Amino acid sequence: MVSVKLDHLSKYFGSVKAVDNLNLKIKDGEFIALLGPSGCGKTTTLLMIAGIYKPTKGRIFFDDVDVTEWPPKDRNVGMVFQSYALYPHMKVYDNIAFPLKLKKVPKQEIDKRVKSVAKMLQIDHLLDRYPRQLSGGQQQRVALARALVKDAYVLLMDEPLSNLDAKLRVMMRAEIKRLQKELKITTIYVTHDQVEAMSMADRIAVMNEGKLQQFSTPDELYNKPINVFVAGFIGAPPMNLIDATFVEKSDGYYVDAGSFQLKLREDLGKMAKKNLTSTEIIFGVRPEHLIISTTPAEPDRSIEGFVYVLEPLGRDLIVNVKIGEHIIKAIANPGLTLTPGQKVWLVIDYDKIHIFDKKTEVAVI
Amino acid sequence: MSTSQGGRKIKVKRSLAYYRVRRILVKAVLYSVLIALTLPIIIMYAWLFMQSISETVLFGFIPSNFTLKGWRFLWQSIKFGEVILPPIWPVVMNSLIIAGGVTVIEVSIALLAGYALSRLNVPYREPLLLLIIALHAFPGITLLIAIFYLLNSMGLINTLLGVIIAKAALEIPMGTWLIKGFFDAVPWDVEAAALVDGCSRLKAWYKVVLPIVKPGIAAIAIFAFLAGWNEFIFSLTFLLDPRLYPLSIHVYQLIGEFRYIDYTLLAATALFYCIPPLVFFVITQKAFMKVPVVGVRGA
Repeated sequence: MVSVKLDHLSKYFGSVKAVDNLNLKIKDGEFIALLGPSGCGKTTTLLMIAGIYKPTKGRIFFDDVDVTEWPPKDRNVGMVFQSYALYPHMKVYDNIAFPLKLKKVPKQEIDKRVKSVAKMLQIDHLLDRYPRQLSGGQQQRVALARALVKDAYVLLMDEPLSNLDAKLRVMMRAEIKRLQKELKITTIYVTHDQVEAMSMADRIAVMNEGKLQQFSTPDELYNKPINVFVAGFIGAPPMNLIDATFVEKSDGYYVDAGSFQLKLREDLGKMAKKNLTSTEIIFGVRPEHLIISTTPAEPDRSIEGFVYVLEPLGRDLIVNVKIGEHIIKAIANPGLTLTPGQKVWLVIDYDKIHIFDKKTEVAVI
Repeated sequence: MSTSQGGRKIKVKRSLAYYRVRRILVKAVLYSVLIALTLPIIIMYAWLFMQSISETVLFGFIPSNFTLKGWRFLWQSIKFGEVILPPIWPVVMNSLIIAGGVTVIEVSIALLAGYALSRLNVPYREPLLLLIIALHAFPGITLLIAIFYLLNSMGLINTLLGVIIAKAALEIPMGTWLIKGFFDAVPWDVEAAALVDGCSRLKAWYKVVLPIVKPGIAAIAIFAFLAGWNEFIFSLTFLLDPRLYPLSIHVYQLIGEFRYIDYTLLAATALFYCIPPLVFFVITQKAFMKVPVVGVRGA
């Protein structure tokens, strides 16, 4: 088990910067997720760590050893691909045993290790089958077994759950997390699903357009997103982001969005004034941090609007509230009875708001 | 005609009987066309078989006077007046050597070249592929003199090896082009997994990729074998010793060299000529055509 360091890592395909100046330090035994939309460079990063892609610039270290020039076969990494990439002409047993056969491990030892890892993943009854005879979930387990059997330094996983049905995905998420904790193997997990990343990873590296946006714990990403992209990407439903103006008046600091105005707490107003490069801002608040009131609330810290659309989800009720030209989502208790067109007030919790500089898109509160 | 469905009228344009009759008519027309197109080929092979076991054939394919005289070449040399043709088995061996040689050389080189064109960063890959097709359109006969000169300078005139090399060289481009398509269909993930598991590039090609493209290997092997088996013009030009003649020349000698044509013998020899490629085809099918459906889901 090793630590992994990516030092100014870049990968260019012609003029396209797939990964641009990525710096990451992953601790020994840590489970980190590379999270971002399609095309953000997370799979390219993974393939560079595996040694399949050669970086254009930068270095990769396993502990303090520079492995940048090492071919994949010498890096001792285990990898699970999105498509599982099982060898179709080999039975499950041979698929799992393949890395050990290449290492010229004695036959008895191979047999012992294959059966042990197969039992751990509950696929020991499938060893005689071919990949085409397995379900998606079973294939995924075989791919995982093949990655784990070689006692790798690092485990790399490229969206391994994306081809599974929702129920199986939820089950396997917990299974993989438990396994990682038990084996204490340094794991780098690529996904575009923020729920997956938030629930599984110790820390998450959010990427966009080849650049690292933020590398923090799930908690910090959720509560203290560093910029508009992270704020909008993390959280389901996503954070409400509204263009507004920061206004300083004689009686305090205000957020003016045109259709509504909010008075900021003194300390927040001062912090915003200090860090903003201009008065143009983006005001952010998560749907779950808004309280819906059917009776008038304090005007300075509430927004008046009309119920536009209701989205019942069983456990929650997403209420789309129209305020002028803005539509703000809020989450309410499913027991709350609302009708479209009904007047409501959204009450703000000042500890849960975010203000971003519109020019730099960086968080100031 | 129309029916009512919840207040909205559904227009029924034609009756059920119309669609049934139309389906039968379409099938009848299709089968008629297919039968008309394949019947001549079937009749030809029927004639070949009938002629090989009878002295005369009436109305194209009805045999009369059953005989196995035509198959005497299997156990004795054929004599036409003063000319004695060599026994058949060494001739078959020559054909097998040529066909086998072309197959081995073509498959070996095409597999490596096809993989390189499919996977590696080959400069000018697209123009090269177009050139391969263009070159394949070249009839071999136009290169006869040039090849003769080359083989002569290498001391390969009047050798089976000379014929094998010349034939394989002209067949390799097409074989490469064909097998490249099969390599293109192998998911890159599977190869990447092999690299991560501990294979070098060559090992991954040999242990993982090749088994997946077995049907492709079978295809080019069959084509190569047929090309070598049917090879005539190079054999006729570059082989001077009759003991080196393959079956294609042997059949030619039964027709071209004599005024009198023993059709029974000719038909039997021609039928015998078809057998080894069929056997090769069956063997290759069994060995290579178990298609491993690549075990992937989704992407």
